[in-house]
Amino acid sequence: MERQITLIALFAALIAVLGLVPKFTLASGIPITAQGMGIMLCGTVLGARRGALAVLLFLGLVALGLPLLAGGRGGLGVFAGPTVGFLIGFPIAAFVAGLITERLRKAPVFPAALLAAVLGGIVVLYIPGILGMMVMLNLTLKQAAISMLPFIPGDVIKAGLAAALTASLYKARPASVLSRA
Amino acid sequence: MLTLTSDIRTPYHGLRAGVKLAALCGATVGLFWLQSVAAMAGGVAAVTALYLVPGPRFLRDGLRQLKPLWVFVALVIAWHAVMLDAMAGVTIALRLVAAVALANLVTMTTRFDDLIDVVMWLLTPLRRLGLNTVPLGFAIVLVVRFIPVLMDKASKLFDAWRARSARRVGWQVALPITLGAIDDAEHVAEALRARGGLIASQEA
Repeated sequence: MERQITLIALFAALIAVLGLVPKFTLASGIPITAQGMGIMLCGTVLGARRGALAVLLFLGLVALGLPLLAGGRGGLGVFAGPTVGFLIGFPIAAFVAGLITERLRKAPVFPAALLAAVLGGIVVLYIPGILGMMVMLNLTLKQAAISMLPFIPGDVIKAGLAAALTASLYKARPASVLSRA
Repeated sequence: MLTLTSDIRTPYHGLRAGVKLAALCGATVGLFWLQSVAAMAGGVAAVTALYLVPGPRFLRDGLRQLKPLWVFVALVIAWHAVMLDAMAGVTIALRLVAAVALANLVTMTTRFDDLIDVVMWLLTPLRRLGLNTVPLGFAIVLVVRFIPVLMDKASKLFDAWRARSARRVGWQVALPITLGAIDDAEHVAEALRARGGLIASQEA
């Protein structure tokens, strides 16, 4: 009980801290931050239920007014903004990433976590994200989907890093990677 | 730790957090329900007036919070202009600005602790159903406490990197940061158990 709560809380804090890791800019000029990687890690390391709870805790604190989103954003305003779909998608993404990692317990860590991070952290995350942009900005599905294209290379890199990190963590602290415990 | 609450005293600070949140919900629903450009312009004007009550400096702070929004405002107007429906684009952009600015206003004038009280009050029905909400409060405290701790550790790792390498700090620091978080979590859990566990009344 204590261990589950502290791990959930510390991963919520981790998402916030990863938002501060210096962002690097891709050749296409789109900046990417490590925050999305934090969402993926919650799923691939903590598993479906605990990963989603950690993300929800993080979002709750953002809503309560802590500037924890990448770029120092936060407060209730971000939930009324055009990217609200992604915020809604964050816990779902972590849940799906966690579910896939748990299901692939028998497979080697890196490929299992990579598949989980790509499907959960990109495919599943983009669905509510695109729906949110359609609603908030009155775009068509095609327009909203096209506007997401520049972010895909960065997100694929993040998924790769999240999988590599999960594999390293599993080597260093196997008992703490709850998704495979 | 840093919060988005404004240090400028406003009349809104005195209002109860629950009242402000309820008003925000109502106003946001209204903004999305109304469709005309005139209504949205009125909404933006009303929100601007709310920001002007405490003074121009408060309005400037508010505008700074809206910075990430301008890209989307430009995007949506441009797109609708291309579709020969510029008016719809302006309506959506105005609604976006009004809704986000209003939500920011609540955040800027409400203390973090007061909002936590509202959350705990909203969870009352769950407690009635027999669910234990103490772990949630505890988890919130843990996160708030651990963000500065982790940030401190992260910045030490950045420094260590810079002291040893001419290259910019890269993504590799994410591993020691994450490892540190996991080790801290295990230590805290152990310390909690050693002191009799989180909740004595918890049956599980």
